[in-house]
Amino acid sequence: MEVCQSRYLGLTPYGEAHELQKQLVEKRKADEIPDTFLLLEHPHVITLGRAADRANILVDETTRTQFGVELHETGRGGDVTFHGPGQLVGYPIIKLMPGRQDIRRYVRDLQEVLIRTAGDFGVTAEPRGGEFVGVWVGNEKLAAIGIRISRWVTMHGFALNVATDLNYFRLIVPCGIKPENGHGVISLEKLLDRPVEMSEVVKSAERHFGEVFERQMRQTEIFAI
Amino acid sequence: MATDVLMPQMGESIAEGTIVKWLKKVGDSVQRDEPLLEISTDKVDAEVPSPAAGVLLEILGKEGETVGVNAVIGRLGEAGEAGASAPAAAAPAPVVEAPKPPEPIAPTPAAPPVPVAPAVPSVPVANEEASGGKVRSSPLVRNIAREHGVNLEEVPGTGLGGRVTKEDILGFIERGKGTSAPVAVSITPAAPVPVAAPPAPIAAPPAPVFAAGDRITIEPMTNMRRRIAENMLASRRTSAHVTTFFEVDFTNIARLRDRVKKSFEAQNGTKLTFLPFVIKATIDALKALPIVNSSVEGDNIVYKHDYNIGIAVALDWGLIVPVIKQADALSITGLARASQDLATRARAKQLKPDEISGGTFSITNFGLYGGYTATPIINQPQVAILGMGGIHKKPWVIETPDGDAIAIRHIGVMSLSFDHRIIDGAVGDQFLAHIKKTIETTDFSALL
Repeated sequence: MEVCQSRYLGLTPYGEAHELQKQLVEKRKADEIPDTFLLLEHPHVITLGRAADRANILVDETTRTQFGVELHETGRGGDVTFHGPGQLVGYPIIKLMPGRQDIRRYVRDLQEVLIRTAGDFGVTAEPRGGEFVGVWVGNEKLAAIGIRISRWVTMHGFALNVATDLNYFRLIVPCGIKPENGHGVISLEKLLDRPVEMSEVVKSAERHFGEVFERQMRQTEIFAI
Repeated sequence: MATDVLMPQMGESIAEGTIVKWLKKVGDSVQRDEPLLEISTDKVDAEVPSPAAGVLLEILGKEGETVGVNAVIGRLGEAGEAGASAPAAAAPAPVVEAPKPPEPIAPTPAAPPVPVAPAVPSVPVANEEASGGKVRSSPLVRNIAREHGVNLEEVPGTGLGGRVTKEDILGFIERGKGTSAPVAVSITPAAPVPVAAPPAPIAAPPAPVFAAGDRITIEPMTNMRRRIAENMLASRRTSAHVTTFFEVDFTNIARLRDRVKKSFEAQNGTKLTFLPFVIKATIDALKALPIVNSSVEGDNIVYKHDYNIGIAVALDWGLIVPVIKQADALSITGLARASQDLATRARAKQLKPDEISGGTFSITNFGLYGGYTATPIINQPQVAILGMGGIHKKPWVIETPDGDAIAIRHIGVMSLSFDHRIIDGAVGDQFLAHIKKTIETTDFSALL
């Protein structure tokens, strides 16, 4: 079984993590490193995907800065989203092998990882595709997915709301999903009405990632970069 | 020598992609594998590496445009080489070559005149006839053939006059890679008839040419429509379809239904139709004749021990076949609820991927508009499909202790299309007779 190194980086500024991802992607393309699964949290930040409509940011720059929210443009697919402490972000940088070179399959597999992770905490979530891509509990989105692929090496990934302060999502129309259509965002803590330990979610996500993607997960303190 | 830049296929079921951004301008030079443009499918962005080193001669797919997989979106060549005017210019699409002196046009493989005739051998023959033994092709195609060590005479041509087009040869090489012989006819719809490569076969036959000012509207097919078109043709190519018909007397069920209709609807919030009874009778027949609940893989017959029944649902924008999994575990009420629920969610676009896959047998109902009967196409990789025509009151001869009498009965015609490769005519008839007997003689009131 292929090895996948994984590490939880804790709170990491978006720009820093983005740079790290880019380096890892290049190394992975060149087969200089094994598959890598980064897990982390970001300080408050709004990110714009390639297809982002700036009208989906609902506050002006001053207000945004007052809230201490950064803004970043990224190369991932999708629209506007929000990251903040309490949200588990996963960036798999893995090489999809010929039998699995299918972006729909990759998205489905990521959804499966998230559904199983939520399941470990007693939450039944389900996948949605198309414009609602992500993992949902009813009409509320529990995890967002945004991906970029370059020569079948993956970048960006998912953002699972564990204990995210959901009020921040009011600053944007997340992924273009409008509340007036009855859609919203939700977190594990809010669903369960009890605190959820981030380290537990990290462990669960790592394990399910290994199972779904058939990788032998190896936690590393220091990355092979 | 120009190299085409093609819209890559980003997954098995993905038929198109959107061009997000060209990272190079016309005239820029690129290295092989250097990112050339970015595309997006299903909200996933991807970089397309350059297929060769050279200069970007032409951009054919504009930013924001959505094009089919394998469509030519750009062209690379050597510096100084002009895009379209280069002499060797790899005739982009065979259709462009239309204005030529009339030559004997070989039958296009997309429309085999005799459905039973084995389609495969007929095509190479057409090639030879059209060109006196020599295969027609462009220099580009001959180059590709040389590179891959392919004998062009083995490649069935779909172009004008049996010409081997670039799609033909690429499709041929692609198919050859996985499995060398056409033995793998099995489930893969890529199977025997060489109608170009699977992703875009619909575009392959020479299209009628329309002139400006013609009173027509041209509308590209939606993804769903394309999938349906591909699946239907693939099924026709894969299975040896035969359809048998039986008249079935639904009077017993109609009476039961009249009796319990109101209370059923009040209790279950859904109408009691004939469908759940038909599903029940079908499962009994599948158990009696397991070959009908099978599929063909290569030279093997795969018997399924689950009874996952697909129910065709007409949508305003197409057709979908959600599946009732383990339908044999459900009562008539359970089947009524499950089929209603799947149909409702299909129309609301809320089906999950696993709810439209894994079917072992399908049922389609064409009686909704009063249709008498029809010959449905098998939902691959299944081997049979049951069709329900409209159920109407008819004068019917019945036998009574006092002799024959004419009575008013609820009669519907059921049809079964089956794959004659593995299901013999007698078995197909036995299957439908089994369903007929169950429907006409079972006391369903105990099963509600």
